[in-house]
Order: sequence, then C-alpha cells, then structure tokens
Amino acid sequence: MNYLLRGIGVLATVGTISMLAFSLPSGGKAHGDGGGDALPRLTHKNWQQECASCHIAYAPSFLPKASWRRVMGGLDQHFGENASLDPATQADILRFLEANAADASPSQMGRRVMQGMGANDAPLRITETRWFVRKHDEVPLATWSRKSVGSAANCAACHRQAEQGVFDEDAVRIPK
Amino acid sequence: MIKQVFHSGLAMLGMVSAVAWATETPASLMVHYAATASVPVSALSAPRGAALYRTEHPGRNAQTVSCAGCHTADPKQAGRTRVGKRIEPLAPAANPERFTDAAKVEKWFRRNCMDVLQRECSAQEKGDFIAWLSQIK
Repeated sequence: MNYLLRGIGVLATVGTISMLAFSLPSGGKAHGDGGGDALPRLTHKNWQQECASCHIAYAPSFLPKASWRRVMGGLDQHFGENASLDPATQADILRFLEANAADASPSQMGRRVMQGMGANDAPLRITETRWFVRKHDEVPLATWSRKSVGSAANCAACHRQAEQGVFDEDAVRIPK
Repeated sequence: MIKQVFHSGLAMLGMVSAVAWATETPASLMVHYAATASVPVSALSAPRGAALYRTEHPGRNAQTVSCAGCHTADPKQAGRTRVGKRIEPLAPAANPERFTDAAKVEKWFRRNCMDVLQRECSAQEKGDFIAWLSQIK
C-alpha cells in the first residue's frame, strides 16, 4: 500500500509538471521552422486567445514589426470593427508579434514576406504584401467573394489546416 | 487503480481551475447590472433585451448592423464573424459557458455595442440583454 501511495504521488507530480508545461503561457517559443509553407509553431496564450476570437491568429511572420505596431495601435477601429483590448493584454501581444515578425525572426516565411518590402513599408493587411499577392495570383477575383470563403481574411476556407500553421499548396481545397 | 486515482485527481484539478475562472452566472451578472443601473432586478426586461438584439442600426458602409447579423436570428445557433469564423451560441441554454466570466462579458459588450450602436451600452441594456438570453429554453 505504501508503494502504491508513493507511486500515486510520483505520478501526480509528473502529471502536474507536464500540465504546467502545457498550460503556462510561454514567451512565444518557436519549435523549429518547417520547410515549405509550414510555419514555425508558436505558442502564446493571449495571441491565441484574443486574436483567434474572430479570425485565425495570423502568424507574426506574415507582417513586419512596423505593421504590427500599426495594427495593435488601432484596435478600436480594426478593419471596421472594435477589437479593443485592455492595455496590458495589448502590450503583451504586441511584444510577441514584434519578437516574431517577418523582419525579426529568422524564419523562412519571414524572409519571403520581406522580399521586395521597402524599409519604410508597413502594410496593414497581409493581403497587401507582395508575397501574398504573388502566392494567390491564380485565384480568380470571384472566388474570394464566394459565400463559403467570405473574404481573403478567411485563410482556413481553403487552407483547411491554417489554424495549425499548415499552408502547403497541396493541401489547398477551394470550396464551391 | 493508480491510473484511475490519477485520472480522477486530474479531473478534480480541472474542476477547481474551471471554477476559479468562471465565478459568475447569468443571474449574478443581472444582479450586478441592475445594481449599477440603480434598479431592482425585477425591472430588467427580457422583451427589451430581445429588441436590443434584433434592432437594425445604420452601419458604416450603408449596411445595417445588429447583434443578430453575426449571432443569427436564433441565439441558440452558432453565428459567424465577418471573416467567417464560427461564433459559439450566445444563449446559455445552448452554451453554458456564456455569461460566466465578467471580464469577458464586459469586453464583448464594449466592442459590440460600439460596433452596432456606435456607443457603449448602459448597465440597464446589458441587464435586459442577459435577462432575455438566460430565459431562452
């Protein structure tokens, strides 16, 4: 019985530690940069919770730091909607976005996004970047406005695993 | 056996943390908003809440906006954000997590009232809104 109890204690400790490891808000740790169009897997509690309330949590490497500062500085008029946050959460998310932005992190995606971007460029929309336009130049205009797609902001309409950071061209399924 | 004890321990931990995060109920929030509006809880009105939900207001781009626009005419159904992401149902009967976190409730009233009404909602309006949603079976 003694061993049994001790075993439970050890198990409970291991369980608690591993639960903590999963639930603690990490400082935005990258787990390696997969090749192709796979994005580094990032974890950041506020970014995932807040940004993903209305759309997918767009990867920080889709825009440069200056863009993220503009986006996060205007949340009360966020593409026509009020997405305001309390100041502490807003600052926390901006720090994470800046640390992992296209011009900050050495990710493959970041390098691609920065190609052809001027030093003073700070686009507000990911869809305005040259990289995005080039990548989607074969998609007809009418496709974007289909009811099943809604808008170009809805990555997951066609990139079904967008929320997991998977944007491989082979996995694209454009809905009718 | 060990596994069972471990699992029930985990489940208990989970419940404790769930309780710690969700201390409010629709009823306790109604009490809070009624008190803020200096009216008795009995003065909160479900029909007024329903009207607030359904009324169309002039929006920014010559289109009308309403709560129902994104949350659908039936708050027991899931809605869709403007960019197509699912919104879990608003009515507690369909989604028990609703109106259990005061900070979350305040955040969304602030944002969505500004979008739909171009102003913040009053405490009375917030109370009416929850009174209506929480009596939906």
